[in-house]
Amino acid sequence: MNSIVTVTGKSDFGDICSLSFNWDITVGPGQFVMVWAPGMEEIPLSLSSVGDVKSVTFRIVGRDTEALRKKGIGDSLSIRGPYGNGYRTDGSRRVLVVGGGIGIAPILPLMADGFDTALAARNAGELDFALPAIGKAAGKTWISTDDGSRGFCGNAVQLVQEILKEQEYDEILACGPEVMLFFLHKFCVDNGMKCQMSLERHMKCGAGLCGSCMIDDKRVCADGPVFTCDEISGMKDFGHSKRDPCGTRVLFR
Amino acid sequence: MDLRTSVGSLVLDNPCILASGIMDETGEGMARILRSGAAAAVSKSVGTNPNPGHANPNFIEEEGFCLNAMGLPNPGIEEYAGEMRTAAACGKVIGSVYASSPEEFADLAGRMEDYGACAVELNLSCPHAAGFGMEVGTDPLMVKRIVSAVKDAVSIPVWSKLTPNTHILKDIGKAVEDAGGDAIVAINTLRAMKIIPEFGRPFLSNRFGGLSGSAVRPVGVRAVYDLYSTVSIPIIGVGGICGYRDALEYIMAGACAVQIGTAVLSGTDIFRKVNGGLTDFMREYGYPTIGEMVGVAHE
Repeated sequence: MNSIVTVTGKSDFGDICSLSFNWDITVGPGQFVMVWAPGMEEIPLSLSSVGDVKSVTFRIVGRDTEALRKKGIGDSLSIRGPYGNGYRTDGSRRVLVVGGGIGIAPILPLMADGFDTALAARNAGELDFALPAIGKAAGKTWISTDDGSRGFCGNAVQLVQEILKEQEYDEILACGPEVMLFFLHKFCVDNGMKCQMSLERHMKCGAGLCGSCMIDDKRVCADGPVFTCDEISGMKDFGHSKRDPCGTRVLFR
Repeated sequence: MDLRTSVGSLVLDNPCILASGIMDETGEGMARILRSGAAAAVSKSVGTNPNPGHANPNFIEEEGFCLNAMGLPNPGIEEYAGEMRTAAACGKVIGSVYASSPEEFADLAGRMEDYGACAVELNLSCPHAAGFGMEVGTDPLMVKRIVSAVKDAVSIPVWSKLTPNTHILKDIGKAVEDAGGDAIVAINTLRAMKIIPEFGRPFLSNRFGGLSGSAVRPVGVRAVYDLYSTVSIPIIGVGGICGYRDALEYIMAGACAVQIGTAVLSGTDIFRKVNGGLTDFMREYGYPTIGEMVGVAHE
């Protein structure tokens, strides 16, 4: 079932845009929705806020995100979902949240919940959209940029290594580009840490039927998008290959 | 209680088969369903060339039904070899193919046999692909030519999946039988549409899609009932099966096996659940085999 929601807020930070709307439905951090309006293809987006007011935050990467960015306050959107399994947090473990690039958007609800958070991006400008949330964060926050233009100079894994020199955590909850997650997952396995990571594949139905978003025998939409360390350890496709819209296997490199 | 059944010469451990189009774009997806209790899995419908299918949005679920217009996405028969081999190593896989001519159908079916398919299912029924599916599957003469060509090309059983979007279903079923077809699969989705009032336009990018889920079950059961009274080749029932009682409706209408698709929404354990329910029912009502129940509603 889709809901037709009205955009109630909008913010633009360079090539990253955020749209908020009222949607009276319970959503957990890490769950996603299928977003559509006439003039674009329907796309999956994780929610960047999950309170009474929901939001989606996306980078402009093509025709559809460009069309979505043109939406303003008062415009209608079709929202399907929420779909998938989000991050599981029960308070029993010390958690460090790690977001990379536009993968910071889905972890903003965790930051709002008070978890300590590490944010990594290529440069300072890519972090602008997260500054309001960082300002309100109750937990600790760390920042790194590849070019050193803000915070620690280095990538997400290097930042996590720095953080762990001064803080202890039992589990990492992460979202970001697959190359970042690949090395972060390897780091967790090598260091005996638990993790949960939100993965991404080309998505069509979003509901677990069509099989277009498979990683090995797992459906990213219905079995994920958040997977555990052990689930990811068993995935041959993780960090290795994805499927194009035809279902043809495409190697990452 | 014995859940074994046979579709012609093909013996199945139980009557539940994964329907085409569900979690079967990849070999590992089909393998998972085979591990989840399905007796067999039907592959995605595969064509000659790679096809990305229709643009999103191409799916929506509502109370009691789903609507989709995936548009037959597939990597093409060449690339699909690996997927078939992965799945066939885990159990029985039926290769579904779509084409626009008898020759193309025959070629694709032959490839599926080479890849290890235990049967081939001809998609004569997709309601949202121009030039394919029901556009070739609603003309009895064309159906006869296609089935004949495929029968000449392969030695595995040839199943024909038919559309309910016609008033001459019985004629088409007869055409399949006359051409030597081994079994009929009924039904595919019903051609349908959803419009979003706020936007004043259809939801699916293809505008038209196929209706599936509980809402289509009475149509499917009727179709199987009609076919059972018309042809003597085996019938496989599909359309809106969400539980064992739904499967029983199809079996009692005349199906010797069933396919389950949309109900995978509720979980991949649907096959085990239906089989468990069938076993309990057969014990309680005194049916020792599936075969004893096939077509009893006609008596």
